[in-house]
Amino acid sequence: MSARTYRYIGTRPIRHDGLDKVTGRANYGADFTLPGLLQGVVVRSPHAHARIVSIETQAAEAVPGVKAVITGKDIPETSARLALGAEGAFDLHDIGDNLMAHGKALYEGHAVAAVAATSIDAAREAAKLVRVVYEPLEPVMSIERAIAPDAPILHADMVTKGRPLPGTTGPTNIAGRMELKRGDVDQAFAGADVVVEREFRTSTVHQGYIEPHACVARSGEDGQILVWCSTQGGFIARDFCALILGIDAARIKVIPSEIGGGFGGKIPVYLEPVAIVLSHKAGRPVKMVMSRSEVFRASGPTSGTRIRMKLGAKRDGTIVAAQASLWYEAGAYRGSPSGAGAMCCLASYAIPNFFVEAHDVVVNKPKVAAYRAPGSPMATFATESLVDEVARAIGMDPIELRLKNAVAEGDHAPYGPVYGPIGLKQVLEAARAHPHWSAPLGPSQGRGVACGFWFNAGLSSSATVTLNGDGSAGVVTGNPDIGGTRVAQAMMVAEELGIPVERVRPSVADTDTAGYTDLTGGSRVCYATGMAVIRAAQDIAEQLRSRAATIWNVDRDRVAWEPGRPGRVIALDESPDGSVRPPLTIVELASKMAQTGGPIVGRAAVNAPMAGPGFAAHICDLDVDKETGRSTVARYTAIQDVGKAVHPSFVEGQMQGGAAQGIGWALNEEYIYDADGVMENAGFLDYRMPVASDLPMIDTVLVEVANPLHPYGVRGVGEVPIVPPLAAVANAMRDATGVRFTELPLSPSRVLEGLGTIAKG
Amino acid sequence: MAIVHFSSNLSQYTGGLETVSIEASRVGELLRALEQRFPDLSGHLESVAVAIDGVIYNDATYQSIPPDSEIHLLPPVSGG
Repeated sequence: MSARTYRYIGTRPIRHDGLDKVTGRANYGADFTLPGLLQGVVVRSPHAHARIVSIETQAAEAVPGVKAVITGKDIPETSARLALGAEGAFDLHDIGDNLMAHGKALYEGHAVAAVAATSIDAAREAAKLVRVVYEPLEPVMSIERAIAPDAPILHADMVTKGRPLPGTTGPTNIAGRMELKRGDVDQAFAGADVVVEREFRTSTVHQGYIEPHACVARSGEDGQILVWCSTQGGFIARDFCALILGIDAARIKVIPSEIGGGFGGKIPVYLEPVAIVLSHKAGRPVKMVMSRSEVFRASGPTSGTRIRMKLGAKRDGTIVAAQASLWYEAGAYRGSPSGAGAMCCLASYAIPNFFVEAHDVVVNKPKVAAYRAPGSPMATFATESLVDEVARAIGMDPIELRLKNAVAEGDHAPYGPVYGPIGLKQVLEAARAHPHWSAPLGPSQGRGVACGFWFNAGLSSSATVTLNGDGSAGVVTGNPDIGGTRVAQAMMVAEELGIPVERVRPSVADTDTAGYTDLTGGSRVCYATGMAVIRAAQDIAEQLRSRAATIWNVDRDRVAWEPGRPGRVIALDESPDGSVRPPLTIVELASKMAQTGGPIVGRAAVNAPMAGPGFAAHICDLDVDKETGRSTVARYTAIQDVGKAVHPSFVEGQMQGGAAQGIGWALNEEYIYDADGVMENAGFLDYRMPVASDLPMIDTVLVEVANPLHPYGVRGVGEVPIVPPLAAVANAMRDATGVRFTELPLSPSRVLEGLGTIAKG
Repeated sequence: MAIVHFSSNLSQYTGGLETVSIEASRVGELLRALEQRFPDLSGHLESVAVAIDGVIYNDATYQSIPPDSEIHLLPPVSGG
């Protein structure tokens, strides 16, 4: 596999959708419009935790232009489940209740009603007139409060799933608990030369995608439903709507728009079923677009966490024991990525003895959604900070320490299975050899390094490749293109058929047009959907062999496909008159499709296994102004095992984007709530994400250790790069200031507190 | 015989057994055999992912199991 010579894979062609995107012509979720379109607005709870006593809608319905008002009574309560997702099956009851509260408002911003009207002003006016009587309850805003013996219980029927803590049988806010263990932890710690232990905290943070959630829904008189929306998966959006509303999937067609970022946050549905119900009630199409404030307050951020971790090591740097207790906020419903955090936190190192417990805790915050390598960054922040501490304690270079303990092929992951070919050691060796690692630091600067792991998903995908009469081709899949997957798929078709990438038109299709395809997420599209695309293109090549056999009037097995440039079919035998048959190129064969049997369409479907684990190491130089507490990333290098980079520019872009988000998580980002559980910084002015001017050019190094499960060796690349930055930045801060910070973000005030410049507030 | 390794979460339903040998040619057959042997596991294997010699499968009912495979039962994970 690794010896294969590629013509197009590994090159950097211009993306097919690039011009539309940079010129503003591309259609995003909010761009759709229809005749008679109504505007939908959601009424949201001002309370973080409250019983809904009553909802009166008459005044709202009387506003001129209002065509429909709905409440939780209009969204059926379902017990159905959909077996997809980051943390087991999605619980559709919870998703339905999250769409619109049925009995309790469980976070500030929780939807309680919705209005559709002929203008946005009328809808907003009517929304203000929806009279909701609440009985406010104490908001549960922290893990400490959630697990206190006298804590208010969010869900009276909640019991701990997994391996409950002993004695917890009744209603609880601990929604889930899991354990991972290996060896004899106590004995190993007793024999360790160095033991480091700390407690870490990270804040609730949001994916911060540029494009807010948006959709248009039309429920027709014939019972057919059309939904245009910004989603990470047309099929998952369709199936969510169908299952929640009790409608046959065949009656719903979802047309995914271009998507302005998702990072996991656009896997769930928030607006689409609401818009369908409003449209059904009003008899007209309904458009709904979240404001930025709504995105923060009512879509899915990722968990705030509290993690206690301990590492034990020998003087020679061998890590012999680890112990961790992970507590992740789930938001208002079960489903934090605590389990993934537990599985990831020690995945980079071959540690013979460990015990990890992970807890999923409900609090009165928005229900968390997946966010790039869900659960891994927070737990890895703890691990990699302590690995740095061990290195300092024994006076060992932090990369050497990591190399000494790094997992390799044949080691067992902490969650059980044996690793196949993986590239962590190669990544660390590349980091050690990189000029960044040995470059001199400025006087106020520090340097940190950290590793990260993510599984990378497989799941189901399908693809169709169509050959055109002129020898060009089209490729259709059902994955919304978030990170340049269209051009990657076109490159795969080009590679297999030997035609220029520019002659392949890649399309993202709706749910009536494409074969079923799981979500764009889990770093799976280039890997799993790519596999389907490659097989569909190979299906074309096989058909071309048959067509050539027809033309030459020979058996098909006397004809071979030669994936040259262009691809062509060659005859293995001479013609009856002894002459050599000239090869037939794909262009020639395409021109004879009608005569040789009709259109040529290749198709393939896969349920790809989940593997090809991804590892990364990041190096960060941080410049710290000890007077103001402000930190600036002076230099940053991301090194990653990418398997095989199909389009290196987009792989580098994923690495840079993940690093930028992780840096923001480390330095600035946090949900800030007041004492009543009301979010105080629900906008980009106060929720500070890094922008281009905040960061240096992030250097990237692509390490390619081929994944044997993919024909080209592709691994997922989109999620790993958000894992190392939290600790890489914190380790750089430790290096610059001499202070170990264990709570994120490292905002100026927190840095000044840590330095003792100001008192803790 | 496949060697099945239980996570701590599942071993609470196997009487604390962390490893067991099971004769099965496909994943569905394996899961049924496990539920027969450990009735308390029933209902806890519905959505597990199955790792066979390091390769993790979702919806793996009909996946074949080579002889002497190492099997791990995992919570499903996809990502963002």
